[in-house]
Parts: sequence; C-alpha cells; structure tokens
Amino acid sequence: MNERAGPSRNIKVDYLTRVEGEGAVHVKLKGGQVQDVQMRIFEPPRLFEAFLRGRHYMEVPDMVARICGICPIAYQMSAVQALERILGIEADPAVRLLRRLFYCGEWIESHALHIYMLHAPDFLGVPDAIQLARTHRDVVEQGLRLKKTGNRLVTLLGGREIHPIGAAVGGFYKTPSRAELNSLVDELQWSRDAAVATASLVAGFDFPDFEQDYEFVALSHPEEYPLNEGRLVSSRGLDIDVSEFNDHFVEQHVKHSNALQARLRERGSYLVGPLARFNLNFEKLPEVARQAAADCGLEAPCRNPFRSIVVRAIEVIFACDEALKLIAEYHPPEAPRVIAPARAGVGHGATEAPRGVLYHRYEIDERGLVVSAQIVPPTAQNQKRMEEDLWQLVPPLAALPVEEITARCEQAVRNYDPCISCATHFVRVERE
Amino acid sequence: MSSEENGQGRKPTVAVFKFASCDGCQLTLLDAEDELLEVADAVEIVYFPEATSTMIKGPYDIGLVEGSITTHHDAERIQQIRRQCRTLVTIGVCATSGGLQALRNWKDVGEFVRRVYAKPDFISTLKMSTPVAEHVPVDFELRGCPISKGQLLELISAMLAGRKPNIPTYSVCLECKRRDNICVMVAEGIPCMGPVTQAGCGALCPSFRRGCFGCFGPMESPNTASLTAQFRVLGQSDEEIVRAFRGFSAWAWQFRQAGEECERS
Repeated sequence: MNERAGPSRNIKVDYLTRVEGEGAVHVKLKGGQVQDVQMRIFEPPRLFEAFLRGRHYMEVPDMVARICGICPIAYQMSAVQALERILGIEADPAVRLLRRLFYCGEWIESHALHIYMLHAPDFLGVPDAIQLARTHRDVVEQGLRLKKTGNRLVTLLGGREIHPIGAAVGGFYKTPSRAELNSLVDELQWSRDAAVATASLVAGFDFPDFEQDYEFVALSHPEEYPLNEGRLVSSRGLDIDVSEFNDHFVEQHVKHSNALQARLRERGSYLVGPLARFNLNFEKLPEVARQAAADCGLEAPCRNPFRSIVVRAIEVIFACDEALKLIAEYHPPEAPRVIAPARAGVGHGATEAPRGVLYHRYEIDERGLVVSAQIVPPTAQNQKRMEEDLWQLVPPLAALPVEEITARCEQAVRNYDPCISCATHFVRVERE
Repeated sequence: MSSEENGQGRKPTVAVFKFASCDGCQLTLLDAEDELLEVADAVEIVYFPEATSTMIKGPYDIGLVEGSITTHHDAERIQQIRRQCRTLVTIGVCATSGGLQALRNWKDVGEFVRRVYAKPDFISTLKMSTPVAEHVPVDFELRGCPISKGQLLELISAMLAGRKPNIPTYSVCLECKRRDNICVMVAEGIPCMGPVTQAGCGALCPSFRRGCFGCFGPMESPNTASLTAQFRVLGQSDEEIVRAFRGFSAWAWQFRQAGEECERS
C-alpha cells in the first residue's frame, strides 16, 4: 500500500489475502473521482484446456478437479455432465441423488470456510479466524465443526476431502450403503441448526449501504434449488439451454488483467454465485431456509453484495436440509456406474459451484480422446463485476484514510469469495 | 524444532507460500478441523495469505511451499524464500514434481498459450513446469495430490519435537494389503499404478475398486519396467501406458523415464 501526496491517490492491495489464489487490486483516485480500477491476477497459468487434449475422457474428472482444491466436485460434476451428454449416458436416479448429495458436502465445507475463516474477520476487525478464536473460540469451533460435516460427506462419497476420487463418468466407482449414509444424519441435523445460528450471527454484522443493479445469472430447475443441473436464466430474461452458453456469453482477454473476462454479448457484466441463486430461486428453498432468511431480514432480491455472507449461511441451511432429505430417500443403484462405448461428439455441462455457474464444453473423438476443452469458472465471470463494484464503492469513501479505503476494497472483493486459482487456469496478469 | 533449538524460547514461526497450484495442499491445514486451533497454539503462523491478512516478514523457522515453478518471477521468488526459511518443506505433487501442469514439458508451450489466450503476447510463462527442488535445496518433501492430512500433522509434530518425520516410502500395495483390499489388477485386470506409487493416501483408489493413478508419485526404487510389462499383459496399448506414467507425477524422473521408454519401444 502506498499513499501519494496531493489529490491523486492510489489504493493498492498488492497481495489479496483470505482468498484462494494470488491476486491484487489497484484503484486510482483523483480528486474524489475513480480514474481506474484493476483487479489484477498474477497467479501463474496452468493451461488445463491445452493439456487436456489427447487425454481419455475417463481421466477428465480427476484432472479438472485439480483446477481448484476448494471446489473440485464442481469441476467433476460439470465435466461428467458434459461428457455423459456426448456418450448418451442417462445417469441412474440413485446416482443423480448421490451427485447432489456429494455437491451438498462441497457447498457446506466451502461456504463454512468462507463465512468463518475468510469473510467474517472483515466484519469483526481481526486478521484471521485464529485471532478470532482467542476471543470467540466457541464461534470458530462451530464454524470448524460445520465445515467438517461437509468434508465428512465428501469423504464418504469420494474417499477424501480434497480431490475426492469417487466420481466417474457414468456414476461413481463405489456407492455407499444406506447405513453408511445414515451415520451422518445426527451430525447433519446438528449442522442444520448450527447453520441457522450462523445466519442469525452474520446477519447481525454491520453492512454498508451499497445496493447495485446487477444482472443475476444462475441455473434454474423446475423443482429444485439449483446444484447440478438446470437451464441458465437471468434476472433480465435470459433463459437458455446450457449448450447455448457460447451464443450468449463471450470471454475477453483484456490487458490490465489478462483475465478472460466473461460478459453477456448483449449487456456486459453479470453476477453469478449465492446472490444470483438466491434471488432467482428463492421459492425453491426449503421452509427452514426461507424462515431463517425472513428472521434475518433478508429478502429476494438482495442487491447488496456485502450481505452475500448471510446468503451463504442460508445456502448452508439448504445444503444440510437437502442432504438429510436425500439420505432419507436413498436406495443404492443396481450398478455404481454405467459404462458406454466411446463415440465422437461435443457436449456441454454447467453446474453451480459454491461461487456460481461453472461451464464446461468438451469435444471428444471416436476413441474417447479429448479434442478440445473449454472451462469457464465463476470467478472469471464475476471478475468484471467485481471491478465495477469498486468503481461505485470508492468515490463516497474518498475522504477516508487510505488504509480504510483499502480494507473496504478488500472486503468488497471477498464478497465474491473469489477463487483465483480457478480463474487462472487460463488467466495471467503481468506484475508491474 | 524445539523452542531451545530456535534459541529464543519462542514458538517456531511458520510461513506458507504458493506457486502454480490449486491451493488444495495448503487447504489441507485448514481442513484439519480438529487440530487446527491446537496447531495454531503450538506454532506461530506468521505468513499464510490464504488464511490471514497478517503478513510478517521473514526469516521464518519453517516454510511450507505449495506449487510448481512456471514463471521467471517465481524462479526468483523461490530463491528469496529459500534464504528466508531455516527449514523448507515442499508440499504436494506440484511442488515435489511439477504437477499436472508439467504436461506442458513435452509440448510447445507457445502453442499451448496461443490456444488458451486471445492475445498471447500478454502471457509470460516458462517452457517448463518444474519442482522446487530443481531450483533450491529442499529439506523435506510431502507427496500427494493433495498431501495427506495425517502426514502433514506428523511433519509438524516431528518438527516441534526435533525428530525426523515418519513418512513411509514404500508402495501403495502395502497399504492395500493392510486394508485387506483384493488386488484390482490381479482380480479384475484393472491397470493400477499402485506397485510403483508411494504410499500415503491409504490405498484410496483401489478401495473404490479403481486403479491407482499415481498421485503420490514414484515410491523409492520403483520397478516401472515390470509394471509396463504387466500393463501390456492386460492389453494396454503403448499410448495408454504412456498416459498412465505421464499423469499427475509426470515429471518425476522415474515416471518420465518409464513413459519415454514406452514411447521409444
């Protein structure tokens, strides 16, 4: 951070903390006016889309998981959806149920991590959850136990918390017994209550008055709160099949961030993630989650990104409740997975990663080898919108000390729970 | 490392650094939900950007390094980090063998970049993704994609006690035997990298009735030639065998050599 004398000031966060991956934020201020905002990403590129070519489709779920250590299941689920469409596989209803359950585990662990360890410290004025534990140990322990519930669910279906190995094109390598799933019921019930308590806790934080006019984009399913399938819809009338993604969204390579920033062809920036899902699918939430939202004074549409921490807590309630319902309904499938012969084709998949819509497109040849891959993660889609938030956020704060403006900018970026490691499998920004 | 050893009667300082990676190995520490607060009491976490805004300058007693070296800037940064850390531990397959992104090492990276980016001139990247040990001396390596939480906690405990960490270098096969797994390769003819892969995962993939794909990298003295022969018996093509070795630990020299030998044959 540095402060220049005179009316021109630079707000610089050279290394964003409490986010996944390596990024920076630069805001140029002159006489109370914002001159420039740059969300910089210096995470080195790993070029997944290039090295996936020539790999067999059965390897893809394990490989794309490695784009992100926090949301590997999202990558696996978007990939299997796209690849199964090519192969003409219709997943067994029990497999579909297990995938949804698997995804609930990821939402719980990822959201609990963000709420308690990455974002709450901003509202409470501490550098991290470990400091928070010195004064509020019971709160941090509640967060850790909630996070562990999500991880236990992931481990049961996938063998381990990070980069689980259970998911396959066609289903799972091994499916659990009813008794194994039932072993998690008590903990999920505790977690649902803890999530309600979490929502009430974070709803009491102090939120800046900052309403923005977003175009929200999320999946939408006729009966379910969206997780692993649905149409892509928006608050301004978009309603398309996932396979039409590239007809409506473009990725641009801009110099200052070198991120392939996604935007809607017609209208520019948009927002994906918890706020978008909540606003577009509120009526699909279970009663317990809707009631908690009402108790928190949270209504759809919510246009204040700082309140996304409350929405995440509501989504944890949903995920725990949904997991309990799925476990109650579960009967093991006849076979853990369907095996289909390779055939050439193109397939699309989109699911709701904790941070928002994650789109994949693959082309494979008749031997089952990848010809091309395209992966559009949520943080790349939100990147432009994050910058626009900063353009709006900073001018009213211009009279404050640089440290305070900087802290508020960092907090505003964390509203998005950005996963720079995800975004950067194809993103590169030069350092100054 | 005991407090006497660091000479000042204080808790050892720990710093966590990231290079090209997915964040999963450092997340392993935050995923130790039952032990995290205890660890935070035993050591001083002074630099860990994923988890804290506190950023205290070095020197550090222990540096944990995640990720592989893929840019000029990072090749310089790892030199500075080495100078700041009394003990430097690499965590995970990216840091210990270059990671999946090392698959570029057999390709034209310029073509890779052109394929992904509209304006390749903006991109600065090295031709190769390399492990940390190709750049600086490393005191200890934790393998895995991701690392094992148990091994990470063992490493931290061993350092606090001033002893050598107890991390096995034998193969996944021993873990299968310990779990009473039926061998997927013998019983079902599924190609499995377990016989040449270092233990640490608890034989996860075979326990899910699938073959190991080598995410903990080569064991000590792996017999890759014998495994290649076995894969051929199972009807695997040379191309498939090359892909098996050229995966998560592709740039580890034993697997690199095995893949290249198969390609030449």
